[in-house]
Amino acid sequence: MDTHFEVLIEDTAERFICQPNDSVLKGMERLSRCDIPVGCRGGGCGVCKVQVIHGQYLRRRMSRAHIGDAEAAAGIGLACCLVPLSHLTLRVVRAPCAPLFGARRPQNSAPVSPGSPRPHKE
Amino acid sequence: MALSAVLRPGHVCLRVLDLEAAIVHYRDRLGLQETDRDDQGRVYFKGWDEQDWFSVVLREAPEPGMDYLGFRVLNEAHLARYEAALRAFGCQVERIPAGELRHCGARVRFDSPTGHWFELYASKDCKGNGLGRLNPNPWPEDLKGMQPSRFDHCLIYGDDLDGTVRLFREVLEFDLTEQIMEGELMVGAFLTCSNKAHDIAIIRHAEKGRFHHASFLLGTWEEVLRAADLISMHDIPLDIGPTRHGITRGRTIYFFDPSGNRNEVFCGDYTWYADHQPITWTTDQLGRAIFFHDRKLNERFLSVVT
Repeated sequence: MDTHFEVLIEDTAERFICQPNDSVLKGMERLSRCDIPVGCRGGGCGVCKVQVIHGQYLRRRMSRAHIGDAEAAAGIGLACCLVPLSHLTLRVVRAPCAPLFGARRPQNSAPVSPGSPRPHKE
Repeated sequence: MALSAVLRPGHVCLRVLDLEAAIVHYRDRLGLQETDRDDQGRVYFKGWDEQDWFSVVLREAPEPGMDYLGFRVLNEAHLARYEAALRAFGCQVERIPAGELRHCGARVRFDSPTGHWFELYASKDCKGNGLGRLNPNPWPEDLKGMQPSRFDHCLIYGDDLDGTVRLFREVLEFDLTEQIMEGELMVGAFLTCSNKAHDIAIIRHAEKGRFHHASFLLGTWEEVLRAADLISMHDIPLDIGPTRHGITRGRTIYFFDPSGNRNEVFCGDYTWYADHQPITWTTDQLGRAIFFHDRKLNERFLSVVT
């Protein structure tokens, strides 16, 4: 049985072949492709979120902070933790880009003055 | 006081998705020594040259990240003094009895304006480094993996940077060694309780309570390159490196554990003294501040957290 399954990224119509037992993301990285954003590759950071439209796959453990039950039921998962069991068609679910260093200063917090000397110690 | 009565980052408790995979990573690849397990299923590790019984605790959980970072303080009197000061600062504070973590004395656990949980403790059983204290050899022969000598520091991400910096400086008597400034806004802070370039670092971020990395100390640049070899030999997910930081001057490589928690191994910084003034980096030159050689911002390094 051929276990080299093809992954089709619906957004871009790009295709690549996954090696047996490789996750979707691992298969993509082996080919130096960048169709799906690459983060921690361990199911922790949520950067490589995709939705599988067609096909069978195995789910490895991934952070509940990023994939809840409802999302899992809708075929959403982290590409680093989805191992194809058939040819797959998927969409990339791009997280909104968080601003570098957060949005702005939180309320009720006075600024630390830059380069100020150390607080006095008793 | 030239040094804080907070001695060092003494332990970090990390959540992992798959404990067995994490044990292989932290013990055999990173090269910490496993020193205990407890009835909650937690696994304890230390770097080879650490005297205390453990410095890393792993716990299996549905979400990776950091449960808490603990600091050893000089003695029980300072622990009580800091406990009172933390309450006065407005932290939620609780006492965790001795033995809740095996081999560790009573811990004072507290929250922070960035949503992270920290601990202080004044005693932990001595495991030793296996070399003894009478005419010892310089290093043990039975080491695995990257062979870090110790857990060194953590970098955390959170929203109220100013508040947590104030907590560390005013209550815990840390010094600010380096800062990243966007105009008048501090967006990164590097703080020490000792003579190191940092014992904790904090970056401003939209969400509370995020974990960027736990760092482990190597002796030389050659050992950093050897760690890079091991990362490829064992197909460990690489983040970035080997390279040099402008900030703290560390020579470094970053990679991920099997649950996506970032690790660093590094060597080299400088000696901080309490009469020194902080170094300032400006965000218009952030590329070389973070990665001094390629001088480019790296989105994954800056944005991927657990």
